[in-house]
Amino acid sequence: MIGRRQVLVAAGAVVVAGPAWATPGEVAAAVSLVTQGAALQQGQVTLELAQMVENGNAVGVVVSAVPPDGTRVASLHVFAEGNPLPNVLHAVFGPAAFAPKLATRIRLATSQTVVAVAVMADGSCWTNSVTVMVTLAACLE
Amino acid sequence: MRVLLNVPKTARRGEAVEIKILISHPMESGQRRDEMGKVVPRLIIHDFRCEYNGAEVVRLELFPAVAANPFLSFAARAEASGRFVFSWADDAGVTQTEIAEIEVV
Repeated sequence: MIGRRQVLVAAGAVVVAGPAWATPGEVAAAVSLVTQGAALQQGQVTLELAQMVENGNAVGVVVSAVPPDGTRVASLHVFAEGNPLPNVLHAVFGPAAFAPKLATRIRLATSQTVVAVAVMADGSCWTNSVTVMVTLAACLE
Repeated sequence: MRVLLNVPKTARRGEAVEIKILISHPMESGQRRDEMGKVVPRLIIHDFRCEYNGAEVVRLELFPAVAANPFLSFAARAEASGRFVFSWADDAGVTQTEIAEIEVV
């Protein structure tokens, strides 16, 4: 008779087929769709994100762009380099927005680098990133 | 979908109107597997829009990396009394619209 203990041990031994992480090529492709080939410069976009996160299922993020000379921000984008899919969100702020700033919660599958990109009205692209350590990954529920 | 919407009822002209919205939605990422090992299909809110008296505040494209029960917070510039219209759609074609009135002094 198969005891409960044996069933549990067998279940634990089954390898959970986890999701494949996005390759650097996929991340680069997702970013270049947004930059349209423009060079990525460091700065002007800020990403507020805890560097150490216990639960990857709901990680608070604030992304905002502060161009120094009052250039209009065309769009903001967030990418997660270590998730199965690199895109997190794309944001376009219209004339009624007070500032190009958005707070939300995201899922992080593993410890990784989260990247923010701001595309300005003149086509220039700015980036910043935060490397996050995740204790409990989001994808392995 | 149940929604918790936080929009101030009044604001002074030119001020930032802080908006917070929490939408009840599983945001199924398409990465999970059920007990049978089958992939649970993706079902997320993929588009979100906020307008203020017809002018766009923000337009978002969301991906599975956005957490379940999506929380969004952003600010609009108070111009004239009127209304905020929030609308979103998910992968199943379900759409929803919420409205909040504001008085600008």
